[in-house]
Amino acid sequence: MKFDTPATTNPIDKGRVVGVAHDRIDGPAKVTGSAPYAYERHDAAPNAAYGWIVGSAIAKGTIAAMDLRAAEAAPGVLGIVTHANAGKLGKGNYNTAPLLGGPAIMHYDQALALVIADTFENARAAAKLVRIDYAPQDGKFDLAAEQGNAVKPPDGGFSGAADSAVGDFDGAFAKAAVRIDQRYTTPDHSHAMLEPHATTAAWNGDKLTLWTANQMIAWSVGEVAKTLGIPKANVRLVSPYIGGGFGAKLFLRADALLAALGAKQIGRPVKVAIARSQIPNNTTHRPATIQRIRIGADKNGVIDAIGHEVWSGDLPGGGTETAAMQTRLLYGGAHRMTAHRLATLDLPEGNAMRAPGEAVGLLALEVAMDELAEACGVDPVELRIRNDVQYDPEAGTQRPYSSRKLVECLRAGADRFGWAKRNPKPGKVRDGRWLVGMGVASAFRNNLVGKSGARIGVDGAGKVIVETDMTDIGTGSYTIIGQTAAEMLGVSLDDVIVRLGDSRFPASAGSGGQWGANSSTAGVYAAAMALRAKLAEKAGYPIDQAQFDDGLVKLGDQSQTLAALAGREGLWAEDSIEFGDLDKRYVQATFGAHFCEVGVDVDTAEVRIRRMGGAFAAGRILNPKSARSQVIGAMTMGAGSALMEALEVDTRFGLFINHDMAEYAVPVHADIPQQDVLFIDELDDKSSPMKAKGVGELGICGAGAAVANAIYNATGLRLRDYPLTIDKLLKAQMG
Amino acid sequence: MKPFTYSRATSVADAAKAAASTQGARFIAGGTNLLDLMKLQIETPTHLIDVNHLGLDRIEPTPEGGLRIGALVRNTDLAADKVVRRDYGVLSRALLAGASGQLRNKATTAGNLLQRTRCPYFYDTNMPCNKRKPGSGCGAIGGISRSLAILGVSDACIAQHPSDMAVAMRLLDAQVDTVGADGVARAIPIADFHMLPGDTPHVETALKSGEIITSVTLPKPIGGTHVYRKVRDRASYAFALVSVAAVFGKDGGSRFAFGGIGAKPWRTPAADAAASSGAKAVAEAALSGARTTHHNDFKKTLVERTLASLYRQKEARS
Repeated sequence: MKFDTPATTNPIDKGRVVGVAHDRIDGPAKVTGSAPYAYERHDAAPNAAYGWIVGSAIAKGTIAAMDLRAAEAAPGVLGIVTHANAGKLGKGNYNTAPLLGGPAIMHYDQALALVIADTFENARAAAKLVRIDYAPQDGKFDLAAEQGNAVKPPDGGFSGAADSAVGDFDGAFAKAAVRIDQRYTTPDHSHAMLEPHATTAAWNGDKLTLWTANQMIAWSVGEVAKTLGIPKANVRLVSPYIGGGFGAKLFLRADALLAALGAKQIGRPVKVAIARSQIPNNTTHRPATIQRIRIGADKNGVIDAIGHEVWSGDLPGGGTETAAMQTRLLYGGAHRMTAHRLATLDLPEGNAMRAPGEAVGLLALEVAMDELAEACGVDPVELRIRNDVQYDPEAGTQRPYSSRKLVECLRAGADRFGWAKRNPKPGKVRDGRWLVGMGVASAFRNNLVGKSGARIGVDGAGKVIVETDMTDIGTGSYTIIGQTAAEMLGVSLDDVIVRLGDSRFPASAGSGGQWGANSSTAGVYAAAMALRAKLAEKAGYPIDQAQFDDGLVKLGDQSQTLAALAGREGLWAEDSIEFGDLDKRYVQATFGAHFCEVGVDVDTAEVRIRRMGGAFAAGRILNPKSARSQVIGAMTMGAGSALMEALEVDTRFGLFINHDMAEYAVPVHADIPQQDVLFIDELDDKSSPMKAKGVGELGICGAGAAVANAIYNATGLRLRDYPLTIDKLLKAQMG
Repeated sequence: MKPFTYSRATSVADAAKAAASTQGARFIAGGTNLLDLMKLQIETPTHLIDVNHLGLDRIEPTPEGGLRIGALVRNTDLAADKVVRRDYGVLSRALLAGASGQLRNKATTAGNLLQRTRCPYFYDTNMPCNKRKPGSGCGAIGGISRSLAILGVSDACIAQHPSDMAVAMRLLDAQVDTVGADGVARAIPIADFHMLPGDTPHVETALKSGEIITSVTLPKPIGGTHVYRKVRDRASYAFALVSVAAVFGKDGGSRFAFGGIGAKPWRTPAADAAASSGAKAVAEAALSGARTTHHNDFKKTLVERTLASLYRQKEARS
């Protein structure tokens, strides 16, 4: 099904199942431990041996010598994979450094060997016996030091153009009545999902099956095939349950590749999990940024010039953190510029993490807006409303937003949060030992869409079955896909069986960039439309008059059950949604407004969030319950980026030194006592037949800036170097 | 983790003897720290002696009016003990400020005293660390040191002692009761129990080979207002940047001990003596000889501020 004109009324608009809050249909399996995760596929691959990854102890250089004898002789060892025996490997499109290093080493903890043994303990112990002599080389590990050497990266990919310019930014900025010109920095972030990267691999002849934790099945089938040099048809990926991803599992990583190589070498299934302490340096992370924002406005805060420059670093061949992208779209202003510059660093490779670009771009932009509000003496909510724009401000009025309810979010959110009680003068509100402040920030995240397929059928018992390689990374995909099928075929959610995450199923958009929910349910919609036609035809009813209700296909007073129409063989249909150019003709994005109240200890500068609240507009909210979970989870992550999350770079050794979850702090429950989410009614007829948009990443966008702005309101201290930890607050306080 | 053998001790004397006579033996109780370190091969015992069944899990009054806490009393149970809560509130509060409920259920009194530093260089076996591998150097000096110690440090090591409980024990002048490999019991004042790193940061306690902790004894209660204030990067489940254990006495005599800043739980007589002069004076006395890096110099300010906060609260109460 091609989606190239705005949606009209369709069966989803009934709102009988879709748009109603449902418990996760996969919830009972998860809480009873019966949902099989990648590392636990004893059922599918019995007798699996255990692999343990040996990572590089240096950041850059080569392997001078590798001595495997002691490891090979250790108890239970079945084999060792290294670059020397792995055969020729290709490199996937999505990873920067080879997933099996050697002889060249590109980053710390890059996998150099997989030790395989009969037990997990034997593999781990033997891995320590692999002796590697290194020939280290000097590397570059300090973004600030390399800022001056950063270059303009090539345009394209997800990043779009590196630079943009409209009007005369320099001239307008110079002439502006009020000018903000500030530098902000954000550190490297780790995804810190609960389930580590994990894979069980088995070969049957030349056919490979990987039970793996992966967000993007179809991409990764291609990556496996390319890396191993085998046909895609010989690769099967199975990923029905995933314990969190946040972008960490978008790609083929070392667990899957090495499990495949290990299983090949020993002729037996092998499973590999990347140890928690290896994740920050072996896998991907969100790159650190240095950002400069300049805003020129009139004295009422109306923007005339806005500029956002971003510096980030990556391995040679890597990409940028596109932190200025939202600044091209979020606020008006006739004179504009953005620029991304990329430095070469020899740190582990950077890549996508929840809301790449916006998550850290808004940490800067939305603080700059707070600074502008302060400078103009305009309320920060009002300032954002004054600078609202209903079209792409770079392209002009000919490219309007498909729907944009930022102003509604700001107003409704402010009202619900009690923003009117905020004292605009910083440092004036005291509650016991706490200085109390409130902050606001806009939320903005692009709405991406992608081709997505599904197969849907009815069996002889009248059960509806949906199959797609879409993944559920904890987001609730099972449930919204089930809801969509139930709505389309007039059955209850209990009568739908959803099967996900298998490359034998039709390729979906996968989970990433908050495109999954809208795209994959639209794919199910497309397949369901085809099935409806088949059912109606079989019933002998004209499709334009047939009704699908209560497990029946009806025409006037006549009806036939789905079960009877499906017959013993069942009835199946397959289709996919393909998107036309509506996302080119219209800007498609999701919006929100974050509010935060913090207390800052008057003595110790401890920051404690007292409450967070937000209002969000993201098209049709398919399942308000799981959407709320997505948003509060993302707000929590945003709070983490404001207050505590940072991979600490040791620039001498070239690694992230705090590589475990004791030292890489993410928020705990006690950090965020109260969260409130309001969804603003919105249907976006240009995003898909579902009229939905993504919501999984919107919640992180701007959340941290609201925290930072609340700290300013509480204390009068403006910090621009994230995370805003006690040491920095104390230093700022002392001048 | 390296393969190891395992035995279950049946008496304290046997445990001590076995530990001294078996090369590479370690006691295991709760295992909340040791097992993690073994998985990373930071600890590589060849033999574990399980001391969980020695009956050292009672809390009893002493004839002197104090309290004897069995070495194996779990942190959760100790924090919840009625007498501890009534007479040694700072200890209960310190315990509850540490770790998580699950860890406290498992962690023991003796094990808590013996927990090892959270210095990230100690935890990465590719990095130099004199504590983990004597003579290899200190990665933390000149590296990432925001969380590390500023008192009692040396050119060889700036690791911090991570315990909350031990800070309260230090404040209360606890003594550590042990039995040696020779079967002889001794009592070690807590002040002498933890060693400063000097040139030998791998030597962390006064325990001799095979010596086993049987209990920790608190002297009779000192009264006063007991507080434990832990300042950290998140509200729960994080090690202290700075913690202060304090007892404010009715007679103006007060005492202070500090966590997060010392190579060992930190207490100085001069700080206690300065109590009546206020937070700034106490901080100055406590921080005498502090050696900071540009990452952790904020801890000096933070000690003073934390004390100021405690004084402010004390004044609000009285």
